Amino acid sequence: MLAFIIRRVAQSALVLLIVGLVAFSMFRFVGDPIDNMLGQERTQADIERLRVQLGLDQPFPVQYYKFLEGAVQGNFGVSYRQGRPVAEILLERAPATLELAAVSGLLAIVLGIALGVFTAIRRNGVMANVIMSASLIGVSLPTFLIGILLIYLFSVELGWLPSFGRGETVRVGDWWTTGFLTPSGRAALILPSITLGLYQMTLIMRLVRSEMLEVLRQDYIRFARARGLRDRVVNFRHALKNTMVPVITVIGLQLGAIIAFAIITETVFQWPGVGLLFINAVQFVDIPVMAAYLMLISVMFVGINLIVDLLYFLIDPRLRVDRAGGH
Amino acid sequence: MKTALICSVACLALTSAAGADTLRWARAGDALTLDPHAQNEGPTTALNHQIMEPLLIRDMTGAFEPALATEWAPSPDDPNVWVFKLREGVTFHDGAAFDSEDVIFSLERAMTEDSDFKELLASVTEVRAPDAYTVEIVTDGPNPIMANNLTNLFIMDKGWAEANNAVKVQDYEGGEDTFAAKNSNGTGPYKLVSREPDVKTVLTINEDYWGKDDFPLEVTEIIYTPIQNAATRVAALLSGEVDFIQDVPVQDLQRVGSADGLDVRTAPQNRVIFFGLNVGDADLANDSVEGANPLADVRVRQAMSKAINRDAIQQVVMRGQSAPAGMIAPPFVNGWTEAMDGASTTDIEAAKALMAEAGYGDGFSIQLDCPNDRYINDEAICQAAVGMLGQIGITVNLDAKPKAQHFPLISNLDTDFYMLGWGVPTYDSEYIFNFLVHGRSDKYGSWNGTRFDDPAINDKIVSLASQTDLAARDATIAEIWQVVQDQQLYIPIHHQVLNWGMKSGVDTVVDPEDTAKFKYFKMN
Repeated sequence: MLAFIIRRVAQSALVLLIVGLVAFSMFRFVGDPIDNMLGQERTQADIERLRVQLGLDQPFPVQYYKFLEGAVQGNFGVSYRQGRPVAEILLERAPATLELAAVSGLLAIVLGIALGVFTAIRRNGVMANVIMSASLIGVSLPTFLIGILLIYLFSVELGWLPSFGRGETVRVGDWWTTGFLTPSGRAALILPSITLGLYQMTLIMRLVRSEMLEVLRQDYIRFARARGLRDRVVNFRHALKNTMVPVITVIGLQLGAIIAFAIITETVFQWPGVGLLFINAVQFVDIPVMAAYLMLISVMFVGINLIVDLLYFLIDPRLRVDRAGGH
Repeated sequence: MKTALICSVACLALTSAAGADTLRWARAGDALTLDPHAQNEGPTTALNHQIMEPLLIRDMTGAFEPALATEWAPSPDDPNVWVFKLREGVTFHDGAAFDSEDVIFSLERAMTEDSDFKELLASVTEVRAPDAYTVEIVTDGPNPIMANNLTNLFIMDKGWAEANNAVKVQDYEGGEDTFAAKNSNGTGPYKLVSREPDVKTVLTINEDYWGKDDFPLEVTEIIYTPIQNAATRVAALLSGEVDFIQDVPVQDLQRVGSADGLDVRTAPQNRVIFFGLNVGDADLANDSVEGANPLADVRVRQAMSKAINRDAIQQVVMRGQSAPAGMIAPPFVNGWTEAMDGASTTDIEAAKALMAEAGYGDGFSIQLDCPNDRYINDEAICQAAVGMLGQIGITVNLDAKPKAQHFPLISNLDTDFYMLGWGVPTYDSEYIFNFLVHGRSDKYGSWNGTRFDDPAINDKIVSLASQTDLAARDATIAEIWQVVQDQQLYIPIHHQVLNWGMKSGVDTVVDPEDTAKFKYFKMN
């Protein structure tokens, strides 16, 4: 078990290093930050001076090494765009993204499972078919379009919900800000979390439905019914429980995706999270912010994968049996 | 339970707590910093204009107006010196008194290496103060347009900067957070209440402002929220969540203008859009002609200009929101003439004849580099030009890229045919010539991608900086323009038009530099 963990952690570290290297080799294709940093009145001499000052005249492996050197000491450099330490900016932006991801994740899981079970049980019902057809929208419409449609309906036409921003936030602790504690903060969460969670919700719903239909055909379900157990017990105690193993794996991986792909939702709703920060960084060629964000996201994905691997190890007895050489 | 919660939140009508004199303001970008000398960039300067003041300011129509200086003129004794009489009795927001020490400190700070404004003060050798309310700016030669360069140069409080370790302009190397990047202490009409970069900035009126009786000052609180996505920005105005937005996309003008209780105000912007051509190299990397540069022939350049149908671009691509241009100077600029600006005409037959005369009757192909996120409908303008140039046999391969990749092509001379836009903060042609017409050198021509480098013209451009006889100076400007026009160094397209959307009660004119100065705003 320990050897397994050590091997996986070592592999994860290698993956991180490679992600960083690929990222740094790509930055020069994003553009040149110098023009954004100097005003219209810059001279050729200014350009050269700043390029040397920032180390952008160095080949990218050298730039990458310098980044790593700083990163292991917790120093991610200074944002070219805002002139502030990157670590401070990321910490300031993280709560907005994490709260949005938490709410949309919860929405996706609760509604996804509930609707999945419903459509599986009432397989031929009118309502179930309506939900299944409607779920196609969630899978096929691009996120920004859903966001804009929701804004036009609920903000412009009905005037119920705000079209942008995070509302009033309250400071909790040293660096966490939350929108949960104010009415405007809660209202501001609704449209972005629906937009962000819709795809995951339909995905979970369709997965639960098909897994559930599979399980409902199993012999032990038939025997349970034959024993005269109530529908509710059969459906939820026996069927749903056995459906959940693959569903939980997918949910784990989708949580990472929600945080990583909040970029578009955050841009549409001007949500002040790390996704919007990243988009601005790309447009400005803010290399320190892009590098730190990409590393952060890959740490998160690698971490989630590591945990999922370890969970398999714990959940699935067959893995352990094989290792032990069989009884 | 879940649905009940959603409803209880949703059913709260979103009425704003803001009072009648609060103005909620949105534009695409946020100020990058509050440090007044770190970034010479539109939104940064616009926010700083509310909090801080320069010696003299341009009002919303572009005319000079006194701010921290009450009078200014070249010294009668020495043509190399400008004398500024400072306003007395002005205090900074923290209560400190304003005097000549602060001006010397601020201008010297703006001249340091990390300042983005140092080029505007490049001719300054010394700033000195004979007394507490007089400042003399000494230049290395007579500088007839010194005052033009000062309208965005903000004055900081020396004592405040020293006390808060903000003497140095924010630099990117140090890794230190400059205090002045997030805090501000100016003399301006509004005080900073709170600021979260990229999220929200709140300003409130400065009750001790020196100009309390001179300006409307009807906006008493400003809430500034950047909204990057154009559709969301328009939606926020339509739903009444903001009162005033800049950068209304042309396709939404109709919608905003026809909405109840909303107005659109439109005015020509201080920015002209044009194509640049490589006229200097012997051969081009990005064309189909071997061993020769078709763009070096002035007839080809004139033919290309005649092939561009500027009226069609205005009507179709810009939906009427532009003014066709014949020269690369906006109409506000000293040196602009109606005759030159109206000179571009479309004449396909004449263009074809010119092409044939130049030996390119069968045409050629060339790459056009174009930004796709910098100017209004930039890529669409280029697409239109591709079709128009095709009519005279020039096959154009369009390469549209984000601005961060496009502009380095011009800096590094990697493009032969490119789009560029230019605004003139000094309102004088010298600024255009310095950057776009003078040959490339360490100090001049940094945006000149044409490879045009004529020593006689260069000398004339340099002479403008110290020519104090304004009539003679204007004559030199006219001579240089004549060459630029005759040589067809650039193919002008149009002057951009600015659109501001606002609640009907808000009353303002549109600033040609896209800088809202709220002390001039009226609220009905």
